[in-house]
Order: sequence, then structure tokens, then C-alpha cells
Amino acid sequence: MSSALFSFTLPDAAVVNELYTLLRDPDPVVMVNCLRALEEILKEEGGVAINKPITHHLLNRLKECDVWGQCEVLRVLQRYRPQTEDELFDILSLLDASLVSPHPPVMAATLSLFLGLCSALPAVGLAALERVRAPLLTACGSPSREMRLTALCHIQLLLRSLPGLMGAHYKRFFCGYAEPAYIKQRKMQVLVELVNDDNVAMILDELRGYCTDVNTDTAQAAISAIGGIGRSYSDRCLEILTGLLGLKQEHITSAVVQTMRDLVWVCPQCSDTVCEALEGCEDTLQDSQGRQALLWLLAVYGERVSSAPYTLEVFIDGVRSETSVGVKMELLTTTMRLFLCRPAETQDMLGRLLHYCIEEETDMCVRDQGHLYYRLLHRGIEETQKVLQGRRSDPSLGVLIGRPAEPVSQWACSFNTLDPLKQGPVETEPPSRGSPEHVTFDPKPNTDLSETLDCSQIVKLHSASDRASGCSDSSAEGLASSVAPPLSLSLTPVLSPEEFERLWLQRQDLHTEQDAEKREEEEDCACLVEHIRGPAIAHCSPQSLQAAMQLVNIQTLAFTPPHTLPWRVYLFTHTQHTHSGNAPHSTLIVGELLYTGEANRRVRLVKTGSDDGVLVEGSEEEHVREGGDPTPAGLRESARENGEEEEVKVTLKQQPRDDSALKGFLSILTTVLHTLSSERA
Amino acid sequence: MISQLFILSSKGDNLIYKDFRGEAGSDVINVFYEKVTALPGDQPPVVMNHGDLHFVHVRQGGLYWVATTTADSSPFSIIEFLNRLASLVKDYCGDLTEKAVQMNFALIYELLDEVVDYGYVQSMSSDVLKNFIQTEAVSPRPFSLFQLSNVGLFGAETQQSKVAPSSAASRPIQSSREQGGKSEIFVDVIERMSVVIGSNGVLMKADVEGEIKVKCYMPNCSEMRIGLNEEFSIGKSQLRGYGAAVRVDEVSFHQAVKLDEFDSSRILRLSPSQGEQTVMQYQLSDVLPSAPPFRLFPTIERDSGGKLLMYLKLRCDLPPKSAAINLCASIPVPKGSVSMSLELSSPDQSAELKLQSRSIEWTIPRFPGGTQLSALFKVEVPGLSPSSLMEVGPMVLNFELPKLTVSGLQVRFLRLSPVQPGPAQRWVRYVTHSDSYILRI
Repeated sequence: MSSALFSFTLPDAAVVNELYTLLRDPDPVVMVNCLRALEEILKEEGGVAINKPITHHLLNRLKECDVWGQCEVLRVLQRYRPQTEDELFDILSLLDASLVSPHPPVMAATLSLFLGLCSALPAVGLAALERVRAPLLTACGSPSREMRLTALCHIQLLLRSLPGLMGAHYKRFFCGYAEPAYIKQRKMQVLVELVNDDNVAMILDELRGYCTDVNTDTAQAAISAIGGIGRSYSDRCLEILTGLLGLKQEHITSAVVQTMRDLVWVCPQCSDTVCEALEGCEDTLQDSQGRQALLWLLAVYGERVSSAPYTLEVFIDGVRSETSVGVKMELLTTTMRLFLCRPAETQDMLGRLLHYCIEEETDMCVRDQGHLYYRLLHRGIEETQKVLQGRRSDPSLGVLIGRPAEPVSQWACSFNTLDPLKQGPVETEPPSRGSPEHVTFDPKPNTDLSETLDCSQIVKLHSASDRASGCSDSSAEGLASSVAPPLSLSLTPVLSPEEFERLWLQRQDLHTEQDAEKREEEEDCACLVEHIRGPAIAHCSPQSLQAAMQLVNIQTLAFTPPHTLPWRVYLFTHTQHTHSGNAPHSTLIVGELLYTGEANRRVRLVKTGSDDGVLVEGSEEEHVREGGDPTPAGLRESARENGEEEEVKVTLKQQPRDDSALKGFLSILTTVLHTLSSERA
Repeated sequence: MISQLFILSSKGDNLIYKDFRGEAGSDVINVFYEKVTALPGDQPPVVMNHGDLHFVHVRQGGLYWVATTTADSSPFSIIEFLNRLASLVKDYCGDLTEKAVQMNFALIYELLDEVVDYGYVQSMSSDVLKNFIQTEAVSPRPFSLFQLSNVGLFGAETQQSKVAPSSAASRPIQSSREQGGKSEIFVDVIERMSVVIGSNGVLMKADVEGEIKVKCYMPNCSEMRIGLNEEFSIGKSQLRGYGAAVRVDEVSFHQAVKLDEFDSSRILRLSPSQGEQTVMQYQLSDVLPSAPPFRLFPTIERDSGGKLLMYLKLRCDLPPKSAAINLCASIPVPKGSVSMSLELSSPDQSAELKLQSRSIEWTIPRFPGGTQLSALFKVEVPGLSPSSLMEVGPMVLNFELPKLTVSGLQVRFLRLSPVQPGPAQRWVRYVTHSDSYILRI
């Protein structure tokens, strides 16, 4: 219309200059289109150069643009970094009006800009989140259901940093009757976050209404939402869940049993009620997920469910017609574990089941598992018990309950993008998927972590026992037990973040002057700084890192998001070191992984960074930071070719001191990091 | 930034396709439709991706309005754009159906040419667009006898002729030239209420979302003034006395609305552009100014023969002069229900057991205020257990309240300036829809 947009193959200096001049055109449409054209033309250089005069010019004319123009300007301004705090606050107060704009696109773009500008001022960022509460809630009630969904997904992001943001408005997240299932499910996820003592009764009442929804997905989502609330209000939720079992409907019973399994895993105190409720629900269960959950519960609490052997008998009698591999594997494990606590009742059926699995079963996994258990039983009951006595509850309990508020920077980069709207984000997955217990017996390929973390490496490292169980059963217990004789790690007692901080800072002064490989020693505590070469772990996702660490019983306490520099991870573990014959000797290790490799190279990049030379007034460093983002990958490649390996600096502190345990821990850590980075490559 | 845009019918026919940036081939339409149809149910996720290509779609008028884009673009902008495009198409074509889009494809392509340039939205305001759009809309509506319903029996002048037919506002904005310039303006006050009433009759949740829409078919209207109730107040602090204050919690206005007279005398001033625009949006949460329109008094039991007995009394608490129309109540029944016998209190009602949705649909064409209706359903459920009674309910009502706003918002006057020559018709219409009206049992 007013100005056309062109696509250039080569930036033409004259055109670029002209476009920069036209940014001052009186017509706002021309101004915005010049901005767009410059962005396209200068894409290679990181887009239009945003310096102070341009920023102020654009901000002052923001009001003249229409909705689309405002969004464009706000998006481009995200690259600007104010030089002084005064300037920053001037910009923020100019933007304040758009923050509460009735147009959701403008509101979202402004908040996104706010969060970028306030990354160093978390308090201001949080205040901005409070400001957008009203417009976001309005968007949640928009006539367009797609807009509602978008707003809901972004509210979920906000709640990660400000869990109390919507507390008083929980009724706005009650589902409408005619809303599509995807909105209902999101609303339920939000409701779970908003539960507190005052509204729990109302919310549970509401959620119970959805449990009998005609749409089975909605019903199941409602049931697992009740399970989520059960972590804090277990009695009320269990009452509802057991009530639902009375309906005797397949999909409801299945969802309830799965929810109970997940609940018991984090709230062991619920086990009595769950055990009572389990009686008689095996007849209604049809799908494999539900039956696996039931079997798992029987395995763990079999001694308290009087009818457990009879239930298993029914399963074992029907094993020939069973199609699901997962159910068969779970059945094997359950029968084994039940045999350990109720041998008289189960011996006969265990024999039959093992016979079937070894002689008749065609699936390799099931057969191998059968063989494994068969040989294990030959080693005697104590060995069997050692291998099979798994955990009954989540080891990271302390971390799970009352999820701490995340810093805004965790999600700010995905705000106002399509990411939050995508199906099945990580945090909405049922928590059981991540727990080692479930991963072990899940035939789906999401065991990739435990597979890649092949424990044989660690076994080699420690020249530890060559027990078959440890190698073929790639579970956490397998790993831990294979490492057991020389050194075992454990997560209990859990270290709170405050304690960690205290311990960490205690010796900070000492460690600041330390060089690599040099050790400081105190009477009862040790410090070790080590560089691990090679791994590009700074680029793997926090989830996989955490999961990998947990497999070997190392708890990560805090980490920076991936791709930020310097990248840090804080972790802790307890070592239990058995000196032959002596009493077990336990130490606490706290550690930090620090990765700064790229920071040095960035300096070089600044020097070679090209400058388009037109109207660029911002400091060079800033300019390159804007434009440099796509390059690090390539740079890393070249660094590798040059033989320069990236290094992760590991700082460990141990209390009390035990050199061999510390060394052992370091080698485990190295193995984990190498495995992770080779996985990335 | 939008890479491609296409409109598909519900059956997957490609109605409109436009590639703005040439980043992907036109086979994306098939990719999209395969993704949509591969999913069970009728509610595909709004955002789907195929490699690096992201599809964002909205459903309007039974059509898929799809944009492809990159992962980092703003979902708010794209969804707002698609919704706005749909309403533009509705303005220009008069209606938003597959047929209307098909017949007016040239007009829609012309619109898209003006609205989007190289994937960037240029302008979607109808004031700007009217200078560029030349194509006349083709009206897909054939001659229909319903058009004559304004004329009373034997040609008698009836009350009806004072009321615009509900279809009056769905015509293309630019057809005025050929239809001899019938200049009209419609101001619609539309409210959607979502209510949850607990089994004990307590109002658990009540939200009203309202909007004032202006649809203008006047080429030369420079300014209009809409006067709202004088006692209209915003927020909780401004309660004025005990009178019939009309209170809302939050209000937002279209950016073109001038509010200089709003604080003193509740007047909105604006210069309406052609087509439809939402002038004001407001919300009311947690409280209703009057009693909720419907109460349910259920008795549900299991009779000696193992049947499910449901005796439902539904009371309408609207003022006696108003009535709800097209009321449809649906009550979920236990799984495994086979058949039903029923007794209804008046012959114009009907009820049916829908096995697919596992519910009884009870329809009442007209339900005047202050009256009460009752129904007795006997449902045959083999193997009815006492816990199955938990599956009964909640009852969901769908209805329309014509000529009524639950918030009490009224338009006092509607003045146009300059004073229109000729027969300028001004219509003010009120309606309240049930967004979600749930009565727990």
C-alpha cells in the first residue's frame, strides 16, 4: 500500500540508507514498513540496528501505529538495551499504557519487551506480570476460543513465576460446558496450580463434575488433576477418587488407578486408603496402562492388599491371551516382589508364570526378564531381595512439594511465541514418566536416558562387580547396586537450597584463588577443582541433565537455562563408602559445574564482527550481541577443529574429607557428562 | 509474520490459498488437512507443526482459517489476525459460510492483497480498506419466503414490522450502492453469561461478558453518540446508593471511541466505519444484579423396578414480560441407558434420549418469565447401581434471552450527526446468550 516491501539478495547501501531516513516519515504505516523492510534486508547482520535515537523515535510514535504496527515495533525493540537505569525506567513508563492494552497482541508484545528489558530487575518484571493480569483474564473470556487458549497457555507460563497471581480469580478457570477439550484440559491444569486452603473445596467440587464427562480425555484429565491436588490435600482427593471407582467404568477406573499410583509415589502416607480402594477394581480395568498401574501398586503394597495373590492369579491365568508387553513385564516383576513378601501364596503361580515366560513367550524382552528373575532366584533370596526391593516413594520428595517459583528468565524467551501452545509441554506430562521406577518397566523408547547411560561404563571405571543383574536391568537400582561395593551415592538426607548455599559459601574465599588441579585441604573438608574436557553439556536440556544425574543419585539443585553463559549447575550427593570391614563412612559432596568456554571466544567475535556502518550508534559489543546469536554453533565447530576442546570446570566440596570417595564421585560425574554429551552429538 | 494463508471447508476443500513469502509449497494444505483429520474428535489443536512449518488455525463459520508461520511469531497476533480476517470477510460478503466464501473468492483475494503484504499485516481497518476494495459482493442468499415474514397475516401491519429481522444485519457492507442506499445502523448489546448453580441452589459462579457492537451501513456518518444508562458504574468502589445501578467490573473500549463525555454523562462518541466493530467490551464477575434466570428443583431416585426416575422442575425467574427462547436443557444420564419414557407439562416441549452423547435433551421453544415447567423422565438402565446416580447431571442449559441484558445495560439514545437525510434507520438490539449455564444436581 503506502510502501512496498522488497526482498533483496544483496543489501544495497543506498536503499538501506534511504530506508533508515524514511523511518522518520510522518505516516506511521511507512515507518513500520521501513522497519520491516530493513529487518528483512539486514537479516544476515541481525536485523535493523537499534540504537538510542531510533528507539526513542519509535517509542514516541508507538501510539500512532495500529495494532499490527505496534506489535512490530515492540518486537524489534526487544533487541535494544538501555544504557542507564534512568533511560530504562523512562522506556518502561512509556510502555506502561500498552501493557494494559485491550488488544491482546499489543499486551503480549509489550510484556515480552518488558521482561527482556527488566531481566536484571526481577522485581519490576514481576510487577509487570501483575499489571497484565486483568487483560490476560479478559482474553481468557474472549469469544474466540483460540484466543482463550492462547491466553490460558500464557497464564500457565506466568504462574510458573508467580504462583499466586490468579489465586483470587480461580472461578474464571472453571470450564464452560461447550468449550473444546483442549481448553478444558488447560483450565484444569491452571486450577491445580491455584488450589489453596480457601478454594480447595470449590475446585475439587468443580473438577469432580468433569470426571464423568462424555469426552474420555477430559474425564481422564480431570481425574489426574484431582490427583495433582492430592499431593497437598490427599484426604479429600482420595475420597473423590475412591468414590469414582464405584462407577465401575473402564476409562474412569483406569485413570483413577493410574492417578493413585502417581499419588502414592509422592505421598506414601496415602497408601492405606489406596490399598483398600484397590480391592475389586481389576474386573473393570481393560486398558494396558491401567492394568500396569494396578500391578505396580500390587507389587509395592502387595502385603497390605489381602486379595493381591488372587488378582495376580487371574492375570497369570490369562497371560497367554495378553497382548501388551508392558503388562507382562509388570506382571513378572509384581509376582516376584509379591513372592518375596508372601511366598506361600504365590510360589506356585510364580513358577507357572516363569515357566510360561521362559518356554512359551515370544517377546524377547519378556523372555529375558523371565530368565533374569529365574537366575536371580538361583542366587538365593537375599540377593533377590536386594535387587527387587525398590523404592516406594519418590526420592526427591522435598523438591517436588511446593514447587518453588521459577525466575522469569526461565520462560521469558518463549513468551509470546507458539511454544506454550504446543501440545504436551514437558511440565504437563504425568510426573510418573520421569521416575526411575516407571521408566524401568516401560517398554516405550522413552528410556533413552537410562539406555545411553549404559552402566557398564561405570562398572568398568570402578572395576566393580560383574553382576548380571546390574547390566541387564538398566534401572536406577541396577546402577546403584553395581556401584555399591566401592562407593554408593544417595540423596538422603535431602539438602535444602539454603543449607546448600551456606555450605557452598563457607569456603568460597578459599576456592576463588584456586588453580586447576590444586587442592585445598582443611581438617575435615576437601575442595577439588577439575576440568572435564570435551562435553558440550551446556546445550542439553535441564530435564535430561537432571534425569541423568538422578539415575546415579546426584541431585541437581539449580541450573541456568541452556545456552546461557556462564552456564552453571549446582548439585549435591552423599557418598557411602565401605572401607573393607569398617563401618560405612558417609560424606556430603556439594558441587558446581561451570561452563564459560564461549565467553573467551566471544571477545574474538566482537573484533571480527562486521558493522554495516549506517546509523549505528550503539556500542559495538551490543551490536554483536544482537547479531551474534546464530553464530556460536558454527564457532564451536571451528573451535573443535582447531583442537580446542571445550571444558567444564567442576568444583567440588566434600565434608568430611575422603579422597577416594571424592575421586570415585568425580569419575561417576565425568561418565555421566560424557554420556550426555555424546548423546547430544 | 505469515508465510501462507488458506481457508479450507470442513471437508477439506481448498477455498482460498495465498502464499506470501514463498517459503513452502502449496502441498501444505494437504499436510494440514491430514493432520486435522488424523486426530480423533472434532477439536484439533490450534497450533500444529510439520517440521519447521507451524500451522495456526481458527474455526469460524465452519471453516478452517489457517496461517503458516515460524515458531517465534506471536500467537496472539496471528489468532487476532485470523479472527479479524474472518470478520472482514463477513462484513464484505455479508455472511460467513462456505458458499459465501466460494462465491466471493475474487473479493477475498482482493482483500488479502490489501491487508497483507509479504506476510506483514498492513491494515485491517475498514476505513482504509474501503478506498481500495472495488469488487462487489455476490450475495449467496436465494430468495426466501422467510424474508416475507415481516408482512403480517393478510398484509396486516403487525408489531413485527417495527423489529428488524434477525438477518437484517448480515448483508455485505458495500452492497448499498446497488440496493439503493438503504442506510441503516445497528447497535447490538450482546451478553454471554456463564453460570454455575450448586445442587443446593447457591450461585457458585456467575460471569457476564458483554459487548456493544456497531454495524454501520451508512456511507456518510461522521459521528455517532451512544448514550448508556446514566447510573452505569465501573468497578466495585463506585456503587451509587441502592438504586438500580448497572455495575460492571471491567470495561475496555475500541481505540476510536472518544470518552470525553463518558465520565460525566456516560456517552460514547465515535465515528463509525463501515462494517462491524466492537465498540465496548465489559465484564461482570461473581455477582448478578438480579436472580439467575433459571433454577432447577430435581428429584432423582431409583424406583423399585430398577429404573432411574428423574422428576425435574425448572423455574424461570425472569421478569414476567420477558421470556427465554430456544431453551435446550441437556442432562447426562448413566452409561448404559437404553430407553426412556417421559411426561412433560406442556405439549410444545419435547425431549429425547441421545445415546451418543449419553444425555437427555429437553427442548422448550419458549419459556416466559415467572413460570415453571416440569418433566418426568423414566430411564431404563440395565444394572443400575446406586453409585450410577453420581453420573446424572449436571444439567446444562442453552438459551437465548431476547430484548434483555442480564447486567441491565441499556442504550438510552443513539444520535447520528450530521442528521441523516432520508430514511436512516437506527436499530438497537439486546440479547443475552448462555455461554455455559450449569445447574448441578
